[in-house]
Amino acid sequence: MAGKSMNGSEIIIQALLNEGVDTVFGYPGGAVLPIYDAIFQQNQLRHVLVRQEGGAVHMAEGYARSTGKVGVVLVTSGPGATNAVTGLTDALMDSIPIVCLTGQVPTHLIGNDAFQEADTTGITRPCTKHNYLVKRMEDLPRVMHEAFYVARSGRPGPVVIDLPKDILMGLGQYEDFSQVEHRTYQPTMKAGKSEIEKAVSMIASAKKPLFYCGGGVINSGPKASKQLGRLVKLTGAPITLTLMGLGAYPATDKQFLGMLGMHGTYEANLAMHDADLIVAVGARFDDRITGRLDAFAPNSEKIHIDIDPSSINKNVAVDLPIVGDVGSVLDQMLRVWKDKEFKTNARAMKAWWSQINDWRSMDCLKYDQSGSVIKPQFAIERLYENTKDMDCYITTEVGQHQMWAAQFYKFNEPNRWMTSGGLGTMGYGLPSAIGVQVAHPESLVVDISGEASFLMNMQEMSTAIQYRAPVKVFITNNQYMGMVRQWQELLHGGRYAESYTDALPDLVKLAEACQWVGLRAKRPDEVDDVIQEMIEIDRPVIADIWVDQTENCFPMIPSGAAHNEMLLGPEDEASKPVSEEGMVLV
Amino acid sequence: MVVDDTIERHTIAVLVDNEAGVLARVIGLFSGRGYNIESLTVAETDADEGISRITIVTSGTPMIIEQIKAQLDRLVPVHRVVDLTTEGASVERELALVKVAGKGNKRVEALRIADIFRARAIDSTNESFVFEISGATEKLNAFVDLMEPLGLVDVSRTGVVAIARGKSEL
Repeated sequence: MAGKSMNGSEIIIQALLNEGVDTVFGYPGGAVLPIYDAIFQQNQLRHVLVRQEGGAVHMAEGYARSTGKVGVVLVTSGPGATNAVTGLTDALMDSIPIVCLTGQVPTHLIGNDAFQEADTTGITRPCTKHNYLVKRMEDLPRVMHEAFYVARSGRPGPVVIDLPKDILMGLGQYEDFSQVEHRTYQPTMKAGKSEIEKAVSMIASAKKPLFYCGGGVINSGPKASKQLGRLVKLTGAPITLTLMGLGAYPATDKQFLGMLGMHGTYEANLAMHDADLIVAVGARFDDRITGRLDAFAPNSEKIHIDIDPSSINKNVAVDLPIVGDVGSVLDQMLRVWKDKEFKTNARAMKAWWSQINDWRSMDCLKYDQSGSVIKPQFAIERLYENTKDMDCYITTEVGQHQMWAAQFYKFNEPNRWMTSGGLGTMGYGLPSAIGVQVAHPESLVVDISGEASFLMNMQEMSTAIQYRAPVKVFITNNQYMGMVRQWQELLHGGRYAESYTDALPDLVKLAEACQWVGLRAKRPDEVDDVIQEMIEIDRPVIADIWVDQTENCFPMIPSGAAHNEMLLGPEDEASKPVSEEGMVLV
Repeated sequence: MVVDDTIERHTIAVLVDNEAGVLARVIGLFSGRGYNIESLTVAETDADEGISRITIVTSGTPMIIEQIKAQLDRLVPVHRVVDLTTEGASVERELALVKVAGKGNKRVEALRIADIFRARAIDSTNESFVFEISGATEKLNAFVDLMEPLGLVDVSRTGVVAIARGKSEL
């Protein structure tokens, strides 16, 4: 195509196709009409029409996380762009590669407070990895390809390209810049030999080592998860995963201690606290993980492998930083481990595992499903049992159900679990599930949801029907913003200010009105039947599961507490009140 | 790891593509993450390559300083980040224009002190001087302090610029 004169919109489509894009999630408006006209006149690029731009970004996130490809969004100027801001911030926090094309008023009107004008590059500068405003026709092809390179390279993230309407309509030349080397942005992929050897020998000589791994393993690609599995097996060490890392190591394997952090397992958190060596791989020592910083893993040395140098020594000072792509670094470590025939200290390891098994025997996730009210944990556990052998993807909203899903749904593969970790965006799950389903039309896609989060983006139900995306929304319905209610119970004397949703819609009737199927379970013995029916119906389904309104999510490390100060259940609530400093924290 | 809590002052040079919004990215990073800017100067230094040099004086614990450099280096249009405080010897200069208004003895005294500080009078009226002075930040501070009782009216300062000593490029 090089050399042929095209208009800006055609150049954009051609660049998208050359980047391997097959689907764009978007919503039209005045400033982007020329791109929509170009989309209309071709049939290689599929457009998914969302119902609000916020949904478009979450769909692209679901698409990106389940495929490993860059998700693409197309929205108009002004409100189109500002509606996309939450999704862009979400993608930035969780390192999801997104390219978001925003329309802009024509260049001669920029700065004049024109209709549907917003300073999009100004607004999105802190919530994107990078952004561009294209003011010259000749920059367009380079910027298009550079945006994809920046979005997917190094630590992935969202990139905005702001496109004035005169650029979309003006004539220019297309040139494929997809193979051109970037002049400044060149992330380090491989680590130095001496760092690798030091890391491996630290692991081999540790008495209480622990792998602590996060979303970086998943972002590095499926091979990184395989290499991680090999290294963990070779060392015989325990491994814990962050919320974002679930699936990077098989959850059903006995070396896996479960998720760590605020609602992590007892054994994972106590192992973190007692470890003498923490091997952090693609994880960022987030405040949900560390708890009180001055009491975090007090007796451990730390190795930190991350592609983003700014993640290292940010919250926690580490002894051996290794900057590089997780997959490449794990490759290097495996080779050294095998070549030099390293072995871990068998006796120390045995003692370490015996300690861990003691913690495990606390059975910290136990719950009591004896009454006639459905426990939310039971509902999610049954969902797992009924779908574990299927080709299944799970998304979530944000809150208690999200934590229970992380605790009870066991992921054995990467890219199967989509959740809003860093930003904690309620309303993420439904659009994200639609994005996953568009990418994997034959798979089962379930949004494990709470009724409050679901209401935040339920307009996208209509999108699911239009594109025949048979997503299942599995709502653990307690009529409360459950996590808010839980914090009010623990921190604010049980004064449940505004956390009860009065006047909820009848979710079954809502489903029917939107051409979905609505199912409901009110008793424990109905749960399996509802799940089976939900799976069998080849349409979008809401499964409205009425669960215990007062159930709290445990274990819990209260804000401002250390890993060894966990609350294990309701009986611990009274005995370990949250400190004043803790109350200030989120 | 033992964490060092002492607050240090560092001068950091940042080479960036001279493109729209690049300064906003740098400043936004500092304000968004709560870092200090004590001084900031920016100008294009290589017109052919379109490169600007930003000199930032900032302060923080060693961990924060390391974080600032890593965060700056992560910005896409940034070519290089060099901590002139830690990477070898460097020289720093700042320039100020200082306006002093007064009559009689005060006027004579202002000129005398300007002479001692090697400041040049670059504008003069019957009742005022504008002095140009350059040097280390501390020298400029001292000069301004001495001008205060002599009729100091206005001060305009460039902020610190710095360069590494010796023959090599940044």
